[in-house]
Amino acid sequence: MEATAQFADDLRDLAQTRDNARKVACFHCGTPCANDNFAKEDRPFCCHGCQTVFELLSENGLGQFYELSTDAGRRMERPADAGKFRFLDESSVRSRLVDFDDGKVTHVTLHLPAIHCVACVWLLENLFRLKPGIGQSRVNFPRQEAIISFDPKQVALSEVAALLDSIGYEPNLKLSDLEGKRSSPVSRRLWLQLGVAGFVFGNTMLFSLPAYFGLDTLSGPSFRSLVGWLSLGLGIPVVVFSAADYFKASWLSFRQRRMTIDVPIAVGIAVIFLQSAFEVITSHGEGYFDSLAGLTFFLLCGRVFQQKTYDRLAFDRDYRSFFPLSVLRRSSDREERVSLGQIGIGDRLTIRHGELIPADSRVLTGAALVDYSFVTGESEPVAKAAGELLFAGGRQAGATLEVVTVKPVSQSYLTSLWNQDAFRKEKNDTFNTLTNRYSQRFTWIILGIALAAAGYWLFRDDGLRALRSFTGVLIVACPCALALAAPFTLGAALRALARRNIFVRNTEVLEAMARINTVVFDKTGTLTAAHGGEIVFTGVELSAAESALVAVAARQSTHPLSRRVADQLGATSATVTAFREEPGQGIEATVTGTTVQLGSRAWLESLGISVPGVSATAGSTVWLALGGAFRGVFTLSSALRPETDRLLRSLAERHEIALLSGDNERDRERFAALFGPKAHLRFNQSPLNKLRFIRDLQARPRTVMMVGDGLNDAGALRQSDVGVAVVENIGAFSPASDVIMDATLVPRTAELLRFARQATLVVRLSFLISTLYNIVGLGIAASGNLAPVVCAILMPVSSVTVVAFAVGMTRWLGRRAGLEVTIAGHSTPKEGEPA
Amino acid sequence: MIVILLLIPLSVLVAAGFLWAFFWAVRSGQYEDTTTPSLRILTEDGSRTTKSEPLSTNEPQQH
Repeated sequence: MEATAQFADDLRDLAQTRDNARKVACFHCGTPCANDNFAKEDRPFCCHGCQTVFELLSENGLGQFYELSTDAGRRMERPADAGKFRFLDESSVRSRLVDFDDGKVTHVTLHLPAIHCVACVWLLENLFRLKPGIGQSRVNFPRQEAIISFDPKQVALSEVAALLDSIGYEPNLKLSDLEGKRSSPVSRRLWLQLGVAGFVFGNTMLFSLPAYFGLDTLSGPSFRSLVGWLSLGLGIPVVVFSAADYFKASWLSFRQRRMTIDVPIAVGIAVIFLQSAFEVITSHGEGYFDSLAGLTFFLLCGRVFQQKTYDRLAFDRDYRSFFPLSVLRRSSDREERVSLGQIGIGDRLTIRHGELIPADSRVLTGAALVDYSFVTGESEPVAKAAGELLFAGGRQAGATLEVVTVKPVSQSYLTSLWNQDAFRKEKNDTFNTLTNRYSQRFTWIILGIALAAAGYWLFRDDGLRALRSFTGVLIVACPCALALAAPFTLGAALRALARRNIFVRNTEVLEAMARINTVVFDKTGTLTAAHGGEIVFTGVELSAAESALVAVAARQSTHPLSRRVADQLGATSATVTAFREEPGQGIEATVTGTTVQLGSRAWLESLGISVPGVSATAGSTVWLALGGAFRGVFTLSSALRPETDRLLRSLAERHEIALLSGDNERDRERFAALFGPKAHLRFNQSPLNKLRFIRDLQARPRTVMMVGDGLNDAGALRQSDVGVAVVENIGAFSPASDVIMDATLVPRTAELLRFARQATLVVRLSFLISTLYNIVGLGIAASGNLAPVVCAILMPVSSVTVVAFAVGMTRWLGRRAGLEVTIAGHSTPKEGEPA
Repeated sequence: MIVILLLIPLSVLVAAGFLWAFFWAVRSGQYEDTTTPSLRILTEDGSRTTKSEPLSTNEPQQH
């Protein structure tokens, strides 16, 4: 209770701090208020949107929201639009989106990316107070999802979505939401199997202890037979239910003529059970039921450890998760939000600033300035005039645009990439793991020893002993410790990486990573950061007043280059009296009486300004004229991530490296110097070219890791042995891949590969330890004298030592791996904390 | 010592009760999200007291 009181005090202190700072910051979202137009109950707000949320919450007694967390509120970018979600009520969309509906109550799971703190969980679980008809809601924090139940007669699904939007939690509705649900991380069945095995393990161990200490003689033979039959009864569910998956898996591998680790495990379990049942039924002894249950329990623990995945991240996303679920369609003079599936050829769509072009289409009115960096890798936006063709997947960087579709969503230029073979075949390496390769040899050796021991005792005319030695060898050699080595080592490695914001799909990927000998990088967004970078001005030095004029003019434009120039020059306030923009070309503005012209070289020339022949350097250029006379040129280089040279140097020591870029050759010289003379550098690569390049490398044969970020890398990521998707924001869209990595960690790729190699070395060492135990156990078993107590001690001891060694080593290596980002001011968020 | 023949089955029954409880916990989905409950518990105290009160009374007094 004291801790809770302390926590409440802390909250109050935080709220106090917030109150003290309220003179400047918006009470809802904390952004500095530009003016004091908005205030309510003595509290300032930056905009009408934030004030509305505050009013809604305080009227409904939900003001505690602001006490629970200091940064609870998020800025309301634009006022909520009630009609925005109307398309959700269409039966085709609605029926595929809701989890459950019986006419009286409806359950829906919505992805709300704005969920980020305790206050969010609290507010969303109190949603029922904001609108009658809404029932219970539950938040799944790691997945950033809310499961909401509501009465469909009182509230429509669109109203629920609109309510969430109005309080700042806009549901993230993507085309892929219409296809099935994600499964839970560790299946319920596995938990139940583990529970049964643990239950039986504990109980049979308790029964067996008196026998191990020789105490059972006191209770007479009735005790022995009771314990024997009870153990037999408890052992049946372990074999039939808990260990069922091992029998299924070994039957499958038997049919496929492949030897996996499941085969010796299944054989071991079956032999232990049959031998023990035989002993109990014939009153020969009490069997090895405690070892049987213990073995199964440890094996299942390993499975749980291995199956723990990062389910808030989807590793298998395709373009459908990138495309929005709805789009603004224009029919006669009406605009309505419709679901993307309803879009046909010839529909007129309105695309606003920042929205995605959902299908290949032609520009009708307005000027398109499309940012294709995610789709093609081109780093600069492309301007298109009316009548020109736009490809799906681009993002409109200019003002509102009207387009007419020429192809349905599923057949556009971009989505056709997913028809490639690489996307059809499952990436399945489960047979080629270290464990299975080792167990292939292991199984035959064990079988040979068992037969040899049985043969020896048969030769000596001791039939019973021959049987006991044969089963004893199979029991002792049951590769429990072996089966645990990889799951625990690699599972611990996965966790160590996840804490540093590198999420690996499963343990097989980590093993594949240790075998990588070729690393291929994408350029835009991977080696270069999307934002930032150097801006150099060459020409006649600008005075402070002049650069203020240019900044104001540049700020008027939505073109990314103008924005970067404006950001570089800093914020100022001056009045713009005239402004004209030729999209993709340049701007002309009059600021406090001075004409500012900013744009491409051709733009200035077209305005009749003589531009001297300044040699263009690498990077994009923005040309400037002040008062009608040429002043100079801004050169914007795309920002290389820090330490890229060090990364490429250290990778080149062990690996072949290559660059694949969808962008033009502008930066070739710069990258040629970085990558060194031996590396392949390819520019102007289409998504299909990239996929083929990887395939050609693999044919040589090389084991390839592709590091990329955009949809244009999707084919290459899929084809490569390990595809690494780089994201600026964990949880943001990334194409299908094996690894999802925070973009700031790209310079640590070499360390990541080294860590993977070290982790597999730990697995091999664990194999060695478990083999040593096996040699000891086999020596005893082959003599035909395997006492249950020896088995009961040897089996857990070997498992525990192997697991302790594996996990301890991996954690130690993880700490030394050097995977931390060392950039000042950047801290890697903790695990379980959505970015 | 004959009483042990009665005690052992009884102990198994008690353990079976716990196994049933575990089954119930798994089936009710308690193992599917283990992060959110740890956040939810932080807010449970306050929500009861503020259920119907307007914001101004919850806010700490200024200065």
